Amino acid sequence: MSDVTPKKVLLEPILSNNPIALQILGICSALAVTTSLQLSIVMGLAVSLVTAFSSFSIALIRSQIPSSIRIIVQMTIIASLVIVVDQILRAYAYEVSKQLSVFVGLIITNCIVMGRAEAFAMQNGPVLSFLDGIGNGAGYSTMLITVATIRELFGAGKLFGVVIFPTVANGGWYQPNGLLLLPPSAFFIIGLIIWGLRSWKKDQVESAEFKLSAHKVKEAF
Amino acid sequence: MLEHYISLLVKAVFVENMALAFFLGMCTFLALSKKMEAAIGLGIAVVVVLAVTVPVNNLIYNSLLREGALAWAGYPNVDLSFLGLLTYIGVIAAIVQILEMVLDKYFPALYNALGVFLPLITVNCAIMGASLFMVERDYTFGESVVYGFGAGLGWALAIIALAGIREKLKYSDVPEGLRGLGITFITVGLMSLGFMSFSGISL
Repeated sequence: MSDVTPKKVLLEPILSNNPIALQILGICSALAVTTSLQLSIVMGLAVSLVTAFSSFSIALIRSQIPSSIRIIVQMTIIASLVIVVDQILRAYAYEVSKQLSVFVGLIITNCIVMGRAEAFAMQNGPVLSFLDGIGNGAGYSTMLITVATIRELFGAGKLFGVVIFPTVANGGWYQPNGLLLLPPSAFFIIGLIIWGLRSWKKDQVESAEFKLSAHKVKEAF
Repeated sequence: MLEHYISLLVKAVFVENMALAFFLGMCTFLALSKKMEAAIGLGIAVVVVLAVTVPVNNLIYNSLLREGALAWAGYPNVDLSFLGLLTYIGVIAAIVQILEMVLDKYFPALYNALGVFLPLITVNCAIMGASLFMVERDYTFGESVVYGFGAGLGWALAIIALAGIREKLKYSDVPEGLRGLGITFITVGLMSLGFMSFSGISL
């Protein structure tokens, strides 16, 4: 990112520089919580807030941090913010926090938070860093919400726990695809989303390591 | 008793595989599985770090942080478990640092092999995740040693297997948009599907 304008910083990570699809950041938690839409939205919000505020705080003190201990300083800031989020969730949304179990704590090691702190907040001002955090959080949430919608709707016939397609087991017509509720489906869905995204935006395609050379000699049949 | 530990180990390696069943450590898992040597190095480093950090975090949790744990110091009503996250990550960062220095001094060959990967491990979710699972499931000290080792072994197994597949895969003709990250996701999905077959085992 050579020229940084607030609008670009905020909108770019959503589609053209998506943290999950292009930067390979923050995939761990993205896959595990996407069985239900509600969990994904909570998770997306939590990650966006933590990324935004940690980038903001780190950008504020970026010139004071000695570079040899910067990882520890960043970790401490992030961990404190995650503790706040965790305690708030436990106090006001206990059920959700139980279902998210360890994944709230794992926001600390979510590469998006750390990655943005290291790659953006250490070089830019607090306001821009805050927006960058929100933008990347939004990119992450978009991906999470898309995957969760597919998984919950076609896997259980529900959205937000409300029945959309009545399933056969409950006397309806929809035969749910149970695979979508299992872990592997998350990989397939994200893989296919990446395929779609890259077919649309050609510049994201990775170059091949090897090229197959064309047949030059006629094969003997 | 021994049976219990063995079943815990098998469960941690196969049934509850860190990478393929809980998606932990995915970032490094996907980014560093292109080459076999790198995957093996990282795998060993994860095993070592997990086998050390999980028991240490277990000791800290049980003797300092959990509710009533400070009774020996005369504070029976103190509950410091909210400090857990900060403590675990601190412990992990510190142990990784110490391990790096010890290896550098006494096992230079191993240090050269693992050197690049050790700092990366601090931000590997698998390490943090194992400590959090340990707390959530309330393991004893002995169990936490076995669990830490098993979880590391499972993760190493998964990344080495993926690296093997990707080394073969790079000669294949993948559709343009799917190249690189996309096909890796699909591969991991298939591997995860394979590992699902272990989930029927009850130990």
